[in-house]
Amino acid sequence: MALLEFTDRGIYCSRADVYIDPWRPVKRALITHGHADHSRWGNEAYLCTTSAAPVIRHRLGEVNIQTVNYGSTTTINGVKFSFHPAGHIIGSAQIRVEYGGEIWVASGDYKTEDDGISEAFAPVRCHHFITESTFGLPVYRWRPQEEIMGEINDWWRENQSAGKTSILTTYALGKAQRLLRGLDTSIGTIYTHGAVENTNEVIRRQGIDLPDTVRVTREIDKKAYPGNLVLTTPGSIGQPWIKKFTGAVVGSASGWMTLRGARRRRGADRGFVLSDHADWSGLLAAIEATGAENVYVTHGYTAIFSKYLRSLGLNAVELETEYEGEDVAEEDKLAEKEAES
Amino acid sequence: MKHFADLFRKLDRTTKTNAKVEALADYFRIAPPDDKLWTIALLSHRRPRRTVNSRLFRSWAAELSGVDLWLLEESYHVVGDLAETLALVLPPPTERSDHSLSYWMGYIQGLANYDDEGKREAVMAAWRGLDTTERFLFNKLITGGFRIGVSQKLMTRALSKATDIEENKLAHRLMGNWTPDDTTFEDLVINASEGDDDSRPYPFYLAYQLEQELVELGEPIDWQAEHKWDGIRGQLIVRGGEVFVWSRGEELVTDKYPEYHPLADLLPDGTVIDGEILPFAEGRPLGFNVLQTRIGRKKVSKKLLQDAPVILMAYDLLEWNGEDIRPRPLAERRTLLEQLVDQVDTDGVLQLSPVVDYTDWNELAAERETAREKNSEGLMLKRKDSAYRQGRKKGDWWKWKVDPLTIDAVMIYAQRGHGRRANLYTDFTFGVWDGDQLVPFTKAYSGLTDKEFNRITAWVRRNTVERFGPVRSVKPQHVFEIGFEGIRKSTRHKSGVALRFPRMLRWREDKPVEEANTKEDLLQLLEQYGGG
Repeated sequence: MALLEFTDRGIYCSRADVYIDPWRPVKRALITHGHADHSRWGNEAYLCTTSAAPVIRHRLGEVNIQTVNYGSTTTINGVKFSFHPAGHIIGSAQIRVEYGGEIWVASGDYKTEDDGISEAFAPVRCHHFITESTFGLPVYRWRPQEEIMGEINDWWRENQSAGKTSILTTYALGKAQRLLRGLDTSIGTIYTHGAVENTNEVIRRQGIDLPDTVRVTREIDKKAYPGNLVLTTPGSIGQPWIKKFTGAVVGSASGWMTLRGARRRRGADRGFVLSDHADWSGLLAAIEATGAENVYVTHGYTAIFSKYLRSLGLNAVELETEYEGEDVAEEDKLAEKEAES
Repeated sequence: MKHFADLFRKLDRTTKTNAKVEALADYFRIAPPDDKLWTIALLSHRRPRRTVNSRLFRSWAAELSGVDLWLLEESYHVVGDLAETLALVLPPPTERSDHSLSYWMGYIQGLANYDDEGKREAVMAAWRGLDTTERFLFNKLITGGFRIGVSQKLMTRALSKATDIEENKLAHRLMGNWTPDDTTFEDLVINASEGDDDSRPYPFYLAYQLEQELVELGEPIDWQAEHKWDGIRGQLIVRGGEVFVWSRGEELVTDKYPEYHPLADLLPDGTVIDGEILPFAEGRPLGFNVLQTRIGRKKVSKKLLQDAPVILMAYDLLEWNGEDIRPRPLAERRTLLEQLVDQVDTDGVLQLSPVVDYTDWNELAAERETAREKNSEGLMLKRKDSAYRQGRKKGDWWKWKVDPLTIDAVMIYAQRGHGRRANLYTDFTFGVWDGDQLVPFTKAYSGLTDKEFNRITAWVRRNTVERFGPVRSVKPQHVFEIGFEGIRKSTRHKSGVALRFPRMLRWREDKPVEEANTKEDLLQLLEQYGGG
């Protein structure tokens, strides 16, 4: 029996009877990070990093969560589990599993660039590596964060001098806070959508510094917005909420903005290529650094990416999971919500 | 390429039409004349002939980037645009070259004189000196239709802003048979008068589909109705003793239709007729599929002329005795057209599109019901006092097509789309029941909303059964109502039928797959409507 197995509930360690990021309720769940497709509702007990816990609590309410610091080992029925930084969002982890000299790492979502707010990615040596492939194609190559933040701030300044409101869409958990750290607050005020601000509050409470933001409310005069920036979710575009910002310009920050087609589909005027996932070379570098000979490819371009890894001489297989990569998941959820209403 | 790349970036960074027009107008104010001329040519579908084979082009990009060719192809299926895919995988430039658009157009045209090795070196040298956006444009100029979200109409509006020449006049000047190699910006745009080129057509007047109830149009007596014949809209020009035939796509097709050549002598100089290039025999129109056999052909054999003869079904008269009569009311133009067609014996090559005789709207509606058996697409409604306008306009002219034929089919294969639908599953293959098997019979790409495409994409990802390269077979679970304009027998398709303009009318989420239509149903439609 393999140390980790892939079941219809999630990644399973039968010796310890625990699941990693299960997508159906289980007794004991080890959680890599707080995004909805990785930490789901309904498990009896959760184990995650100390810095991931506040957001998970905020999202799931009163659930039974135990926390652990990066690098410290928890042993369950002889199997050693430890959490290591994945660099994806605050608190995100790769989960290392060791038994009888065999080491597995389930990496959840990760990025290799240090964004200055998430705990920086650290490669973990292993025999078996479970990797995402959200951007597992050679067309996805990120430029350094400073350059992109420079573009975003320039864009804000340009819009300001044209008397326009800059609306920047992004994901409420993770990238929103990363952007906040990079925005030049000397330009103007940063307003936030409720979904973003609720997450900000949680993050601030855990002692992480974020620049001042103002929650968009009905009481604010519409005339206050021009020249300033509104940080919001992609889902709010096209909703009545957005109408109060007349003459606004919409920018979107996401890895998908690499592609013209995706940019046009989002209806964004301007796309900024900024992702919390590893790009093509990041994925390859991360895999190489593990020294693993066996690679399991989860969500993303699984078929193509695992075929490429095999061409490099690795034992790579694609896996069916219900992880989506945050961006895709977001689009799906939106669509589903719209379908329900 | 810097100016042009800057222009492209500006166009690409906004979704607002006014901002696009402004960016283009700015460009037309400052760019060198040769670059302006090329920009006009590219944005009016006058791309020069392709000089590099696409397969080789891909292999060179694979070579320079060190990305395996198969991986490049897979990436292309995801990105949905070859030029963009190659621009994204190529390594950063090693030098910087700064040349004008016209320099690059000359460079690309010049590739025709090289052998494959020479082309390879020239293309690689170009890539080394261009940044990602410039490479994308360079690749676009080499590989395909140059569509960058700017229509010809929008370009004309911007040019009008920059030159202070009226938009309608410009639209007319930009029509016709020019290329950047045989004219200059000054001659084409500034000095031109509309009458200095015998072959130059008038811009076509196009109609929207009727949205309202007939009664809302007012009095039946104010409207002229004709059938909307199912051929290719065309403009026939006789000037200076010569005949020129243009298709609606602004393609000069005179050589493809020798039937019209005698009209050079039969019709008076200074005649321009708007009509339908229509396959026609024994007193009735043939199906569009008959015309299809001629569309791609440059050489017209005797046999082809016999099997697929065409006439011009005349709708309107635009120029009469050398005078542009487009501003005159339709009723007057129609009278002149009737006189003209009466005067000459063209052996049936030039025929008048009959006007439907009706006194009330119900009679007209009844006539529309006969369209399919007459091989027409429906009716055209034109206000009798209308001028012949330019482009697609609402109000004076409406098309009133027959309702499409429909069949409920099951989605069985899915593939990703192109352009703004890149990375979304939008191209589907549908099947109908044959016993307990689903037989594929058509593909369809359009008709769903973006939201529906998002949902179906998520579903396809989770419900793939097998992958065949870029194509996925999916669980037979979703029924769609497929609409189409016509059906005919086909030996090229496994199902034995080919549909015209198939598209998704509705996602039938209410319908279980068992209740989708059968092959039997399809064959019945073929029997009923596949005659023409």
